[in-house]
Amino acid sequence: MNPGKALLRPDMMPHILCPGCGHGIVLNVLIRVLARRYASLDKVALVAGIGCSSRIVGYIDANTLHTTHGRALSFATGLKLARPDMTVIVVTGDGDGLGIGGNHLIHAARRNVDLTCILFNNETYGMTGGQLAPTTVTQAYTTTSPYGNRERAFDAALLATAAGATFVARGQAFRPDLLDDLLDQALDHRGFSFVDVMTDCTEYFGRKNALGGGSDLLFSQSRSDVEVTRDLNEWPQLQDPHGFAIRETLAMGVLHESDRPTLEAVMGLSGYRRGEG
Amino acid sequence: MAAELISGNEACARGAIAAGLTFFAGYPISPSSEIAEALARLLPANQGVFIQMEDEMSSLGAVLGASLGGAKAMTATSGPGFTLMQEHLGYAGLAEIPCVVVDVMRVGPSTGVPTAPSQGDVMQARWGSHGDRATVALVPASVPEIYQMTITAFNIAERLRTPVVLLYDEVLAHMRERVELQPPAESALWERPRASAEPGPRFQPYAANRELTAQLPNFGEGYHFHVTGLMHDERGYPTTDPETVRRLMARLDGKVEPVPGWVPPERYRLDDADWVFVAYGITARVAREAVDRLRESGVAAGLYRPRVLWPVAPGQLSEQLGRARTVVVAEMNQGQWADVVARYRPATVRVLSQGKLGGEPFTTEELLGLAQELTAKGATVL
Ligand code: SF4
Repeated sequence: MNPGKALLRPDMMPHILCPGCGHGIVLNVLIRVLARRYASLDKVALVAGIGCSSRIVGYIDANTLHTTHGRALSFATGLKLARPDMTVIVVTGDGDGLGIGGNHLIHAARRNVDLTCILFNNETYGMTGGQLAPTTVTQAYTTTSPYGNRERAFDAALLATAAGATFVARGQAFRPDLLDDLLDQALDHRGFSFVDVMTDCTEYFGRKNALGGGSDLLFSQSRSDVEVTRDLNEWPQLQDPHGFAIRETLAMGVLHESDRPTLEAVMGLSGYRRGEG
Repeated sequence: MAAELISGNEACARGAIAAGLTFFAGYPISPSSEIAEALARLLPANQGVFIQMEDEMSSLGAVLGASLGGAKAMTATSGPGFTLMQEHLGYAGLAEIPCVVVDVMRVGPSTGVPTAPSQGDVMQARWGSHGDRATVALVPASVPEIYQMTITAFNIAERLRTPVVLLYDEVLAHMRERVELQPPAESALWERPRASAEPGPRFQPYAANRELTAQLPNFGEGYHFHVTGLMHDERGYPTTDPETVRRLMARLDGKVEPVPGWVPPERYRLDDADWVFVAYGITARVAREAVDRLRESGVAAGLYRPRVLWPVAPGQLSEQLGRARTVVVAEMNQGQWADVVARYRPATVRVLSQGKLGGEPFTTEELLGLAQELTAKGATVL
């Protein structure tokens, strides 16, 4: 059994996630990491925006804050600067963190406040019914791209790196073991850490693009021939029935790491003690 | 206390520090920027945190995050920025997060006339965010009162766990007045309610105290709880149950009801007045002079100056205006608060709205001219 199960709020169940949604796997990994790292979550805050992924903070028995659409990082920035003694984890989705909240993401990365931002990236707006996201790959079908997406998708990890994040990684729901390690490293890191987690929206993205059910989508994240290896990893090329590429090939693992003083340290805030684990 | 000559914006910043401000997040916008500039200087020296955010949404977001961590927190802006903050004002009201939001009003809509004075954000302060919500908005009328009222704003925000809006215009913001700043005694600072129950699975952060206020602890104090902008029950858990939603909304409305009693209006020569100006902020200063001049010419004039625009205390308003025959509501907008006065006026009182747009404050002569014109038409009995 996942030792993190004790960290859940049973009276919040049943959860809102659809059967087959990849988010549950990410939540599972997150609570496993939290249970291993922290004897108590008294000083751990989880801050989320709006969307399917953002709902999961409510399921964890900690200091949990479900904010407005796109603005989780701003709440988290205020909380961390006011309470540098706390560990502040931000849970966001691709629409939340890169669409409406994109401005806050680049500024949080630039400031290098000691936050860990986990972005659940399912390439669509799940909660509102599967619309086009800034992460939807070109030509994919969504409810607002009925003729296929004409735009180009963000590479969230590249964006965060360029904006100044000091730890950037990419994991996937298909590889909980790798994700476990990446979240652990992100929480170890002192500074703004960003983890782009590829997951799936079965209900909308999967259906719209005729990609099959939850397990089909999940297995589509794997490479059929070679083991997925850490640090050097790629998304499989996935095609819809018409032969269009649904997934672009993306690098996985730790993609960037650098050392730069956090804003809390530069401000000389007392009580700042992240990294003790 | 030595006398000083300071601007309204500086008085606001100093008042916030005196109230125990420990966190400010803001975004530059005229005519409020001097508040941020002063606090950028003052806060680090007072063990506080100042941060300039990337926009107004994130400014208020950061303030709310800091407040949940236990900070006394504030932001300051002007009309366009106040518009961008509306979603978070609604959030703070529903999630019961104490904060102070200063809106230095300038001519709108849109970029309007930067940065000429206006009182055009009165209704925005009331109904700017979607949905119904309880609102507290205070309106100071002088530099010393900005100082005092900033402290009062924090007191109310903390005690009732609610956002409090401080509204004043560009003239007051930049006007310099002689003040002797009297820091409040420790006992004059109100604190947020402390959780009355122990941490544990049965803890209910949104169980209200006798003042109908939730008793959330600060984050990081050993309590585990959930804060959300969804309608929630006393555990803080999301709900769609209509009865729970109605109960929550009624409680939030009810808890701000005492505020007009805590910050009573100014009644100037009102007792025997049958000609009454209702005016607030900078306009009240002009109206006050007009009252004196009218009295000299034998008109029984008076001034009713609300210091709280929201919530409205209907009883207070109708009682105090009960003796008047004619009430003129003068404000630098198209009659935003005049509608309120008209709604709650006693049946015998006639209410006239006198708005002024264009970015210029009223002059005494204008108000006198109006009085003469109306008197000539028999609008009031002398
Ligand atoms: S709508 Fe999509 S993202 Fe949301 S819970 Fe369902 S499958 Fe998951």
